Amino acid sequence: MHDAILKSLANHDLSLAHLPAGTHARVLSVSGSGAVARRLMEMGIVPGAHVHMIKSAPLGDPLEIRVRGYNLAVRKAEAQTITVVTSDK
Amino acid sequence: MSTTFESPAPAKEIVDTAFSATRPLVVALAGNPNAGKTTLFNALTGLRQKVANYPGVTVERKEGLWLLDGATPAAHVIDLPGLYSLDAASMDEQIARDIITGKMGGQPPPDVIICVVDATNLDRNLYLVAQLLEYGRPLVVALTMFDLAVKRNLRIDVGQLSAALGVAVVPVTAAKRVGVESLAKAVLRAVDAALPSAGWQMAHAAELELAELIGQDKNRIERHAALRDLFGEELSQDKERSINIQKARERLAANDPDWWQQPLLARYDWISEVASRVVHNEDPHRSSTADRIDRILTHKFLGPLVLVVVLYLVFQTIFSWASLPMDLIDKGFGVLGEAVRNNLSPGLLTDLLVDGVIAGVGGVLVFLPQILLLFFFIAILEDTGYMARAAFLMDRLMRGVGLHGKAFMPLLSSFACAIPGIMATRTIENPKDRLATIMIAPFMSCSARLPVYTLMIAAFFSGKKVLGFLSVGALMIMSMYLLGIIVAVCVAFVLKRTILKAPTPPLVMEMPPYRVPNLLTIMQTMLSRGGLFVKRAGTVILAISILLWALVAFPRASKPSQLTKTTSSVSQTASGPDATTQGTDEKGEQLRQSFAGQAGHILEPVIAPLGFDWKMGVALIASFAAREVLVSTLSIIYNAGSNDDAKSDSLIKAVRDAKRPDGSHAWSPLVALSMMVFFVLACQCMSTIAIVRRETNSWRWPLFMVGYMTVLAYVASFLTYQGGRLFGFS
Repeated sequence: MHDAILKSLANHDLSLAHLPAGTHARVLSVSGSGAVARRLMEMGIVPGAHVHMIKSAPLGDPLEIRVRGYNLAVRKAEAQTITVVTSDK
Repeated sequence: MSTTFESPAPAKEIVDTAFSATRPLVVALAGNPNAGKTTLFNALTGLRQKVANYPGVTVERKEGLWLLDGATPAAHVIDLPGLYSLDAASMDEQIARDIITGKMGGQPPPDVIICVVDATNLDRNLYLVAQLLEYGRPLVVALTMFDLAVKRNLRIDVGQLSAALGVAVVPVTAAKRVGVESLAKAVLRAVDAALPSAGWQMAHAAELELAELIGQDKNRIERHAALRDLFGEELSQDKERSINIQKARERLAANDPDWWQQPLLARYDWISEVASRVVHNEDPHRSSTADRIDRILTHKFLGPLVLVVVLYLVFQTIFSWASLPMDLIDKGFGVLGEAVRNNLSPGLLTDLLVDGVIAGVGGVLVFLPQILLLFFFIAILEDTGYMARAAFLMDRLMRGVGLHGKAFMPLLSSFACAIPGIMATRTIENPKDRLATIMIAPFMSCSARLPVYTLMIAAFFSGKKVLGFLSVGALMIMSMYLLGIIVAVCVAFVLKRTILKAPTPPLVMEMPPYRVPNLLTIMQTMLSRGGLFVKRAGTVILAISILLWALVAFPRASKPSQLTKTTSSVSQTASGPDATTQGTDEKGEQLRQSFAGQAGHILEPVIAPLGFDWKMGVALIASFAAREVLVSTLSIIYNAGSNDDAKSDSLIKAVRDAKRPDGSHAWSPLVALSMMVFFVLACQCMSTIAIVRRETNSWRWPLFMVGYMTVLAYVASFLTYQGGRLFGFS
């Protein structure tokens, strides 16, 4: 089933907020501005970085992702500003 | 002020940033949160450390002496608050940055910065290193968690890393003091070594603009200053320069809307390049131990369940462990008071000491065991990494009222006592969110309210059941907790849309790996926070205690008046032996004649619609010191003996039998309910006010808090009492 999802998503640009749990992706751009976008990038979410969606919190938000070898929680609102392209690892 | 920035004492003439042998070396420990800074700090300084506060803010300032190699004079080590970047987001980060850059209270910047880098999380930790290299002050990298990295098959070539960064890199295992000597040598060498510099370049266009800005300045500023000018949030004070900067930004923006990302991109490009050379055998995709633990702890259903169990255990432990020391402190202050009274000649001064100072301070210190235990558990939850999970689980709910997931723990702590809760709000980045959290924290029913609830329920609702099995008392206590929560949510909702209006705060929070907490660190955190509470709240509490004592002690009662006669019928039926009755009669008489007693009379028309008479008014005034004082004040005013036991039979009987001048019962179940509602919502606690004063650094917010909480309490009690009467209760 995962393969099917991955295939349908292959090479699709999507926002990090819509990345299904368990999938991997590469960051294309961070479109926000101001302190939040700066902090996201300082935490390592820069174009080219690899991200892995781990899960969402019990109420659907925030999301837990893995980036640069550590885990980070972001809200969907922030994840929305991050465009990614799916990748197989 | 005792909390001022005290040391290291710099020789005034050497404001020059260069290190000089005439004063001790100042070393700052910088690093990301969770990088192992505190453990290293403890290893370097042993117990030669002290904790104070930075002036005007409530970030703890930890400082200690490091003996270095033993030959050179000991160095002052400052343990900075954790920070991810020099572009600060929270108060903690601002302080750390200001100390590093020498902008804190006129202190020169540290002679050497030790950047603590978590070897298992090299990429992100190197971001701060990159910025510190740009800043160009003597720098040494301490590589922590090196043993963990080895265990994870993560091989880091330390020599290569050092070469790539251009500064010394020392692997340390702080808990076993491995690497501490090498670190000392590296620090001493760094003092005289060539200053480091950053090895990264931005895209061509951005570098050109930067070079231009450096050249334009009359004083030829350094690269890092020009970078801050071009990409920072603030504009230069110099008008001409700020125009140049604006123009440069516009040129960059014309070609690239994301121009401001240039330094960030360049730093991470450089980091990726460095990491690819020095880290071997890394599999970034393998799920970590934390992920496996999180499968349960942040699981959709199990996660919240575990949270509830953890919290239940914490509270259960706090209440059961704290009761013995609390009794001891209570008794201790009682004995101390008696001893002072017996050894001094009777008089005003003795009364002031015993009833004002000792009783007042004792009344607050009684809660210290609970406060310390709460600090203890908060520190454990923080250091294990569970706190971030709790915030992760609760964020969505908290956001519903416009608060941050990080507000959850402070609010929860407030169920034991608002003071640690309010002090724990420091981790909340946005000042407005932090204020909103502080403002609603006292609505959580703290343990000092329990005696009030207990007395009211014991007197009027005990033994009653609904539906045959639900105890009315338990239901009422539960309703009081719920009432506090509901009002807190509503108030937060309103505050966040009015005076504390701010966009919903973002959440970008590291989920740190789980770690076994270090008991020494935990105890240190607990004691230092507890000490800060006592020191900081102490003066205000002492002042209010004395003021309240004076309100009760003056003017002096001269001889028994008519008032005694009307009320003594109660005492005769309620109290024990005549001797005590006599003593408490005098006390009661004094209270009735005092300013507080008079104020109670003045207050009576105001509080009559809540169902309260003037004696209850006196108790309300006295319990402003701390809520549980209501019990002992009622006991005195009804001549039921001086006791603070909410379950005392004589007190319960006195409350039940108390009469108004017209002969009707003063209390009824409805009046008791109204009183409980009042205590849920009113800010009857001087310690809370003292701590809010300290945490917000102004009188405005604590006064606002007392004001709006009292109004809310009044309105709610009014509705309860008048509503109850409309429905035929009395």
